[in-house]
Amino acid sequence: MTTETEEPRVREHELDRVTIRFAGDSGDGMQLTGTQFTRTAAVFGNDISTLPDFPAEIRAPAGSLPGVSGFQISFSSNDIHTPGDQPDVLVAMNPAALKTNVGDLPAGGALIVNGDAFTQQNLNKAAYTANPLTDGSLKQYNVFEIPISTLNARALEGLDMTNKQVDLTKNFFALGIMFWLYERSMDPTLRWIDQKFSARPVIAEANKRALKAGYAFGETTEIFHERYLVPPAHLEPGVYRNITGNEATAIGFLAASRLAHRPLFYGSYPITPASDILHQLSTYKNFGVRTFQAEDEIAAIGAAIGASYGGGLGMTATSGPGIALKSEALGLAVMVELPLVVCDIQRAGPSTGMPTKTEQADLLQVMFGRNSDSPIPIVAPATPAECFDFAIEAWRIALKYVTPVVYLSDAFLATGAEPWKIPALKDLPNISVENATDPATFRPYARDPETLARMWAVPGTKGLEHRIGGLEKADISGNVSYDPENHHRMQVLRAEKVAGIARDIPPLEVFGPEEGDLLMLGWGSTYGAIRSAVERLQADGHSVAHAHLRYLNPFPANTEQVVRSYRRVLVPEVNLGQLVMLIRARFLVDAVGYDRVRGKPFRIAELVNEANRVLKSSDRWLAGASPRSSESESQQEAQGADQ
Amino acid sequence: MTEGNGQGEQPALSPENQAVIQLTRKDFVSDQEVRWCPGCGDYSILAQTQKVMPDFGYPKENIVFISGIGCSGRLPYYMNTFGFHTIHGRAPTMATGLKATRPDLMVWVITGDGDALSIGGNHVLHSMRRNVDFKMVMFNNRIYGLTKGQASPTSELGKRTKSTPAGTIDTPIMPLTVALAAEASFVARSVDTHTEHLQATLERAGYHKGSAFVEVLQNCNIFNDGAWRDFTDREVREDRMLMLEDGKPMIFGKERDKGIRLRGLHPEVVSLGDGVSEDDLLVHDEHAEEPYLALMLSRMWWPEFPVPVGVLRAVTRPTHDELLTGQIDSAVASTGEGDLARVLKSGETWTVE
Repeated sequence: MTTETEEPRVREHELDRVTIRFAGDSGDGMQLTGTQFTRTAAVFGNDISTLPDFPAEIRAPAGSLPGVSGFQISFSSNDIHTPGDQPDVLVAMNPAALKTNVGDLPAGGALIVNGDAFTQQNLNKAAYTANPLTDGSLKQYNVFEIPISTLNARALEGLDMTNKQVDLTKNFFALGIMFWLYERSMDPTLRWIDQKFSARPVIAEANKRALKAGYAFGETTEIFHERYLVPPAHLEPGVYRNITGNEATAIGFLAASRLAHRPLFYGSYPITPASDILHQLSTYKNFGVRTFQAEDEIAAIGAAIGASYGGGLGMTATSGPGIALKSEALGLAVMVELPLVVCDIQRAGPSTGMPTKTEQADLLQVMFGRNSDSPIPIVAPATPAECFDFAIEAWRIALKYVTPVVYLSDAFLATGAEPWKIPALKDLPNISVENATDPATFRPYARDPETLARMWAVPGTKGLEHRIGGLEKADISGNVSYDPENHHRMQVLRAEKVAGIARDIPPLEVFGPEEGDLLMLGWGSTYGAIRSAVERLQADGHSVAHAHLRYLNPFPANTEQVVRSYRRVLVPEVNLGQLVMLIRARFLVDAVGYDRVRGKPFRIAELVNEANRVLKSSDRWLAGASPRSSESESQQEAQGADQ
Repeated sequence: MTEGNGQGEQPALSPENQAVIQLTRKDFVSDQEVRWCPGCGDYSILAQTQKVMPDFGYPKENIVFISGIGCSGRLPYYMNTFGFHTIHGRAPTMATGLKATRPDLMVWVITGDGDALSIGGNHVLHSMRRNVDFKMVMFNNRIYGLTKGQASPTSELGKRTKSTPAGTIDTPIMPLTVALAAEASFVARSVDTHTEHLQATLERAGYHKGSAFVEVLQNCNIFNDGAWRDFTDREVREDRMLMLEDGKPMIFGKERDKGIRLRGLHPEVVSLGDGVSEDDLLVHDEHAEEPYLALMLSRMWWPEFPVPVGVLRAVTRPTHDELLTGQIDSAVASTGEGDLARVLKSGETWTVE
């Protein structure tokens, strides 16, 4: 600290919230840098929310625009729901990173650049005709040009390393600067370095020196006149860890296996952004978890169905294109009525689309994308931490109702992180169920009168030999049947079984007034942006509420009553209007959608703008103007305002 | 690793299984009416399957028949065991997941030439290379029967069918060559009408630990009648088929006067006598480490050669479920039974008071 000087050279400020974006070449280690800052902020006690943003190319040409990788973290002394609309600070490790990210930095924002990387060659690669550091184009920002590569190389002098190895550590120099600027301890990262590189002492030493040199640079140079402290957030008491959606999903399924007392079988074909779940579950062999990297998406679900048939927890995970391939097998699971969980970690499409970017456009695919009427329950966690609860919930439903269940996550949830209060084992639900064992009463398609779940017997049960399959089943006996009335009855029974789950799930909760001018209704990873927007609108005195669906099929029993309690219903979705179509069709409510599919999460500000627009247009409508003309008029206004 | 019918050929019988061995063919007949066309070769395959089933010493509730789509796909309905009639081509995938979760079960996969080699080709390839411990019986009638007579991947070049009125232009697949190329540890061929040979072949497959691939040459009397007649008919079969016997020279013919000799890298048919003796003939070896001999046999075809039937290859290597269970066991041995509370708390944690 600076207490020994009479006049503190550096002023210290306290802030509620800071958003930092690290951007560099994909080889620059930006994801690692962001993750280290995240851990440090989390351990310090801030609420955090992160948004990694990386290219699909494993190694795009160094210095090129497509090769830019970014990681945004927002940390706060309050409860926050999103990784922030705009960064307060942008760390740009090269010209390409500057070019692709500076547009998001608001005027007056801090820009820290690695000046060494602004060579003519790198400027050419980023298609800069003039050096932005000298041509005055950055004058609206608070620019700190630091020769990071040179300073870092100097700090590492004397170590037995190649120049290239030295250069690879410069991200930790940048991290060190940020730790100093935000008054963070280096200890968690130093511990991590020791663990990670325990077998390579020279590399460990280099990274530690880089980090400390960056920190010391912040302390000793005179280019920074301010540093900032974001105090810890007031989180609920408990033990916390930082968790991404995919991590929470994987351990949720592990927990489900324990709670159901059945082995987990996870069949999967590598696909972004679902593969990390496979990687993580494959390390839980000592829990009896069986992971299976299948030859294709179809084999992955086929093997999962086989595992469930044998009495295990058979499951598979993929993204949108994989769901398309699994559709026929999903239909089989509907027909044979076996428990199964299928995860769709959605990404931008159609087709291969933008594999590393987020979207929520598979809702109608998982809802309807099979031949015939083929009802499947759908659950959708709203935050990374909720992924844990809904992994267990998906299995609770699958086992209790003996049905396939779809679990919808997306790239933003999968890779985004937040603090998670670690639950106590005793608080987790018991989801175990019994299989049929009594030959006197066993009929393969006899049903529980309450849940309509069919009797489920597994191979190896004496006297219960029977046959199932994709051909239509006779009610009760389960024999093959082409009887017309039986087919109708079975279609209705399958639909009623899924619809009846509505009696067994929590009601849709409303944040805000129970009735009023506007309901913002969302699902999945838009939770944070919608909640933050509604908080702002409420603070502005508007009568606005937020409801977020975690169950998309069936909807919670009170959904109709909720959507009918507001003058307008606005459904923001990262698709072209899928939930809004279901809501309108199901409840005959004049809900309107808001959609932007950019491969990125919503910004809070755009949702606030849209809500204001809808509120305003509904006022005019009530005053006598036709809603259609007034909406298109205000849309023009809004667009004008954007430009 | 699971005990049971390990190490290949004979099942280990528990006291419970000793009692089960009293089962007869009738115990494996379900109450469902068989609905294949009269005269179909599938009847014989079903009957031979039911006949050999008591021999393996498994209680019938521990036996599962899994099928895909096609006429063959109906077989599980007629077996009084557990049965799963799945979707087109995917039966091996369900069998893989089932066996991975339930190594205690005996699993049979029933498929056809279209199901296994066309829509399900990828799964045959990968289940064989993994040595998943199931027995795959592929009914090969060189035609799509259930969809009423289109060309199949084993239809001969130029075959005129409803879908190929000018003759198919696709070179047929040799199923056993495919199975061998996919590293199948047991590969055999038999014929629907050769009931004793078929029983013996199914029995060998049933005792095999690992992926067993059995091609059954089967007649579809409606859409492809007489597909195999040229060499399977009673009057000609001894001269036109080669009954493989492990460790024996490859002799065939009514008079057992012909054999297979190797010239360079190629097999040739020779007549015994005139300076050619049994010692000059190829000797069959099911257990050869490398599958060269089996691959050669898999490509021998009438009329250039007698068509080999019997076991082409039978080798032992660890099965998929053994390896999987082995990894689980060693993980438990080295790190102990999984502790969920520890996983939940893994990574950096902090406490909020």
